[in-house]
Amino acid sequence: MKSVGIVLISHSPKVVEGIKDILNQVANDVPVELAGGTDQGGIGTSIEKIQSAIDRAHTDSGVLIIYDLGSAMMNAEVAVEMSEFDDIEIANAPLLEGAYVAAVESSMGKSLSEVQQAAEQALID
Amino acid sequence: MELHVQDVITWMNKTNERLQSNKEYLTSLDQAVGDGDHGINMARGFNEVVQKIDGADYETVSDALKDVAMTLMSKVGGAAGPLYGTAFLKLSTSLKGKDSVDQESFKSGLEEALAGMKQRGKSDEGEKTLVDVWSPVIETFTNSFNPEDLVQTAQTAMEKTKDMKATKGRASYLGDRSIGHLDPGSVSSFYLFESLAETVKGGE
Repeated sequence: MKSVGIVLISHSPKVVEGIKDILNQVANDVPVELAGGTDQGGIGTSIEKIQSAIDRAHTDSGVLIIYDLGSAMMNAEVAVEMSEFDDIEIANAPLLEGAYVAAVESSMGKSLSEVQQAAEQALID
Repeated sequence: MELHVQDVITWMNKTNERLQSNKEYLTSLDQAVGDGDHGINMARGFNEVVQKIDGADYETVSDALKDVAMTLMSKVGGAAGPLYGTAFLKLSTSLKGKDSVDQESFKSGLEEALAGMKQRGKSDEGEKTLVDVWSPVIETFTNSFNPEDLVQTAQTAMEKTKDMKATKGRASYLGDRSIGHLDPGSVSSFYLFESLAETVKGGE
């Protein structure tokens, strides 16, 4: 089994790029793909960017999506509904801390639901 | 009232004209309570819609509305893209296979659209969102439907959002500071329904 892919969505490309740098220190063998900013590179989110990040990050073990603010979640939902894959989950987790924990869990070969659960509990205890 | 493919195209053109000429106004409303991009986003999105459907050949109202939905989803951006996109997609699905659309099927289509937006935005009436315009507007599509009622209802509903406190969307981060400002999404929805009324009136 390959490790669970991770998609990070933010209104700003710089936010997710910075988070990926941090993740690379602990887990650089996990597919982490980014959907930051709009199609024009402005502040916002883009369904097309999210879709292509999902396609790049997808493995046999599925994909976990972590997002930042409001519209990012709505666009993530639309992208998931339109995707051909049915093993994609959206985590209700803080972007940085959730992604960090998710990357670590994924690198240990955990399942999609285990990775999601870990991300969603990133700030608990 | 009856809607045909050409009416959908007229409706979108009229909406686009209103959004283009009120772009700065919508932006200033959004700067007060949001991230200031609603005017630019809606103007860009509906301009793309018009480019897409003007002169295109559609068999049914549903087909035309589907292109509207897909264009809005990918071109508007912000929260408005997935919300309006979902609304038009639900409306399109609900009207599938109908050559012309009467007010009864249009009303149930709008109900589906509203339900889709509520689900997408996890929102309900009274949260200072476009739901607060869509919800009362739908009730005007009765047997005694007339376009003046539609405009009046949409306008009153839009104005009511001014005194509401936002509990959804970016404005909700402002808490009490959101009170005293119109909700930008409700204003763009007003333009949408005002344009629909004008379209229907012109077709009588």
